[in-house]
Amino acid sequence: MAKFFAITIVIIAILSAVPVVRNTWHPMEDVSAHGQAIDDQMSETMWEAGISFLASQIILAWLIWRYSGNRPGEKTKSFPGGATGLVAAAFILVGVEVFALGIFGVKAWGNIYFTQPGADALPIQVQAGQFAFYFRYPGPDGKFGPLHADKISEANQNFFGLDPNSDPDSRDDIVTAEMAMPVNREVRLLMHAKDVSHSFYVPALRIHQDFVPGLDLQLHFTATKVGRYEIVCSQLCGLGHYNMKAYLSVLSQQDYDDWLKKEAAMQ
Amino acid sequence: MHDTAAHAAAHHGPPTTFIRKHVFSLDHKVIGKQYYALGLAAVIIGMVLSWLMRIHLAWTNYPIPGLHWLSSAGAPGNVMTPEYYLQLMTMHATFMVFFVLTVVPFAAFGNFFIPIHTGAEDMPFPHFNMMSFWTTFVAFCVMILSFFVGDGPTLGGWTQYAPLSAVGSVAGPGQGAGVVIWATSLAIFCLGQLFGALNFIPNILDLRCKGLSLWRLPLPTWAWFITSCMGLTSFSVLMPACILLILDHVAGTSFFVASNLVINDQLQPHSGGSTLLWQHLFWFFGHPEVYIAIVPGMGIVSHVLITNMRKPMLSHRVLVYSMGALAVLSYMVYGHHMFVSGMNPLSSVLFSFPTLLITIPSTIIVLIWIGSLYGAKLRINSASLFALGFISMFITGGVSGFFLAQPSLQILLHATYFVVAHFHFTMAIAALFGIFSGTYFWFPKMWGRMMNETLGRVHFWCTFVGTYAIFMPFHYLGLAGNVRRYSSFAPDYMQPLIGVHQFVTIAALFTGAAQLIFIYNFFHSKAYGEPAPDNPWQGTSLEWSTSSPPPWDNFGGRHIVVYHDPYQYGVQSSTGDYVMQDSPEQVKTDHEEP
Repeated sequence: MAKFFAITIVIIAILSAVPVVRNTWHPMEDVSAHGQAIDDQMSETMWEAGISFLASQIILAWLIWRYSGNRPGEKTKSFPGGATGLVAAAFILVGVEVFALGIFGVKAWGNIYFTQPGADALPIQVQAGQFAFYFRYPGPDGKFGPLHADKISEANQNFFGLDPNSDPDSRDDIVTAEMAMPVNREVRLLMHAKDVSHSFYVPALRIHQDFVPGLDLQLHFTATKVGRYEIVCSQLCGLGHYNMKAYLSVLSQQDYDDWLKKEAAMQ
Repeated sequence: MHDTAAHAAAHHGPPTTFIRKHVFSLDHKVIGKQYYALGLAAVIIGMVLSWLMRIHLAWTNYPIPGLHWLSSAGAPGNVMTPEYYLQLMTMHATFMVFFVLTVVPFAAFGNFFIPIHTGAEDMPFPHFNMMSFWTTFVAFCVMILSFFVGDGPTLGGWTQYAPLSAVGSVAGPGQGAGVVIWATSLAIFCLGQLFGALNFIPNILDLRCKGLSLWRLPLPTWAWFITSCMGLTSFSVLMPACILLILDHVAGTSFFVASNLVINDQLQPHSGGSTLLWQHLFWFFGHPEVYIAIVPGMGIVSHVLITNMRKPMLSHRVLVYSMGALAVLSYMVYGHHMFVSGMNPLSSVLFSFPTLLITIPSTIIVLIWIGSLYGAKLRINSASLFALGFISMFITGGVSGFFLAQPSLQILLHATYFVVAHFHFTMAIAALFGIFSGTYFWFPKMWGRMMNETLGRVHFWCTFVGTYAIFMPFHYLGLAGNVRRYSSFAPDYMQPLIGVHQFVTIAALFTGAAQLIFIYNFFHSKAYGEPAPDNPWQGTSLEWSTSSPPPWDNFGGRHIVVYHDPYQYGVQSSTGDYVMQDSPEQVKTDHEEP
């Protein structure tokens, strides 16, 4: 029974590692300027975690195999070096390993959160509400008009609560249900929630940020590959949470300009 | 500690009426069994809910026969609606986290064994102890009530993030009365656990019998002591948080709701609250709760392994210090649940380092277990199999913590199935393995009969292989960006993952069905099992020095005196390779030092 158990542990450990080694399921291809550092960090961590996982399970299995059973005449014995060596190993090997991971990880995190967007970054506002994202572009004047919560109306399709009659800056604002951005152009995303908490998760762009009702948050990023990507909500926001998604089109500058003109004409 | 202290707790005589003996009992052992029964009821509910959820995730429009009886609105034509999926998911997590993973390893086993391990006749405050259980029972009933009130239970997840949880029924089904019931139940639950912790701590500190220094306490009792300290400080935060949440519903306050929120085109009548305040309060409780679930299991499997290895752990003290370190660090790491929540990104970095550091005591604990297996004479039985399975599960759950401790990787993995895999392997499955290990080990002492060993092993094999089949694929789903808490997978990139979900669902149905073996074994053995001897496993700690089951005063009026450390194995004594803690016999070691 013990030997069978030991073999089972080893088989499960190896079978668990196979899809990771074969890369059967993996994060989607990165199309962001900052994502490589995250992917490198992921790869580094996967190696360290994978080796720790396999080594620990195999050693556990070996010990079960080797030391099970009564074995008459054989005395129990202590691990050479006692606990001190193992505690030291935990501090030195694992402590250094995780500390190094932490230090290097800060760089990947800092690329997004500890840098400022460039002065020419394209501002786009995103509003999350049950159960849709809406986007706003500032129009030719480059300014967003103010928001009025009391004027928000799904029924009137005034998703942001704009008041173009009173606010000149709102008159040329372009509101869309899909997001588009030019390739290789930095975007400054201005995020707010209309009702409850939501999240802006774009796996391909290595972007993940919650919306916090009552707080205006900013992100900045650059997409490096033309394509159509999904934005999904990852923060439980109610009954339609599973269906809260939008598309992000990364376009050439010319296509982006055309798209924006078309959207402006539809306002 | 003083020599008469153990008997100072004899505040109550033997029970004389049925009610006093079986219902409103003051006896810590009966209370422990009541907690166990409550946990068993809760785990059956939680498991059935998980089946329903898994079927819905794999085959979304599949009609589940009879489901409309539970909720005609939630399952018209027996097909689960998206919102009802979320409601059942919330209840699955709530029952499992609070009424199973907290109740059984901590409250049930702790109640039964702390006074026995300390040589006491009962808890210091038996009436408080009785209130602890009945308060928890009321909390359980209140939570059940939410299935049948208004538009059903809350759909907000066990974390109940505001403002979804705080604005009322305008936010969705169950977000009105359902949330109020949920928060009321948990506030009551917290009170019950505080009553429990306020008994456990003084018992361990003040009611130890003669000769029983703190370092002579067995490892589960150390674990329950550490857990009690965590419970005191974390449940006392969740309880007021729940009360504030209730006030946002019923008193017009705005603790967790910001200004100018618009839901269904209605401007909400709240202003000035903080969305993130709830998250801070919840996770200040929520992360220690992970350790409240797992630390007792660490103590239990250590105890079981020592008895079955026939040798003590490599270092009793290092294990205790490491469990203590987990407890202390658990308060400093809670922010890793909030890396992308919108809190200051620098805070994310600051929270990530203690989260990475907590790997060190966790690793030490695993290495002590592994190092202790070296040179053992390991007995394989249901209890030791589950204890070894616990180690395997804890290792698997632990290494995924490397990823989630890093803010940069949570950009990919936050709120995905990777997180679901991580916390199930650690606080759920490892903790359940601890419960099973403790049950197979202590069943003879608690119920006076032996469990069927063959059925126990079959149960182990199905559960061990089955849980890996369920939860290991969750890692792969998470890597692929599969978001959790979706009732179906609408995004295009998640469509190819549905096959994995179907595999997991089949594994979950199989593994869940295997638990029926345990339930049958439990009840059949309780009624018809072979009568248990006092010390069936040749153990050394004080529970094996009394009858199976123990009398109402634990030791039949004997004044217990302890002469040894709790785990004197590998010795030459008149009883064999061990000596009981309360045996005055002087023995010499038969253990080989390198």
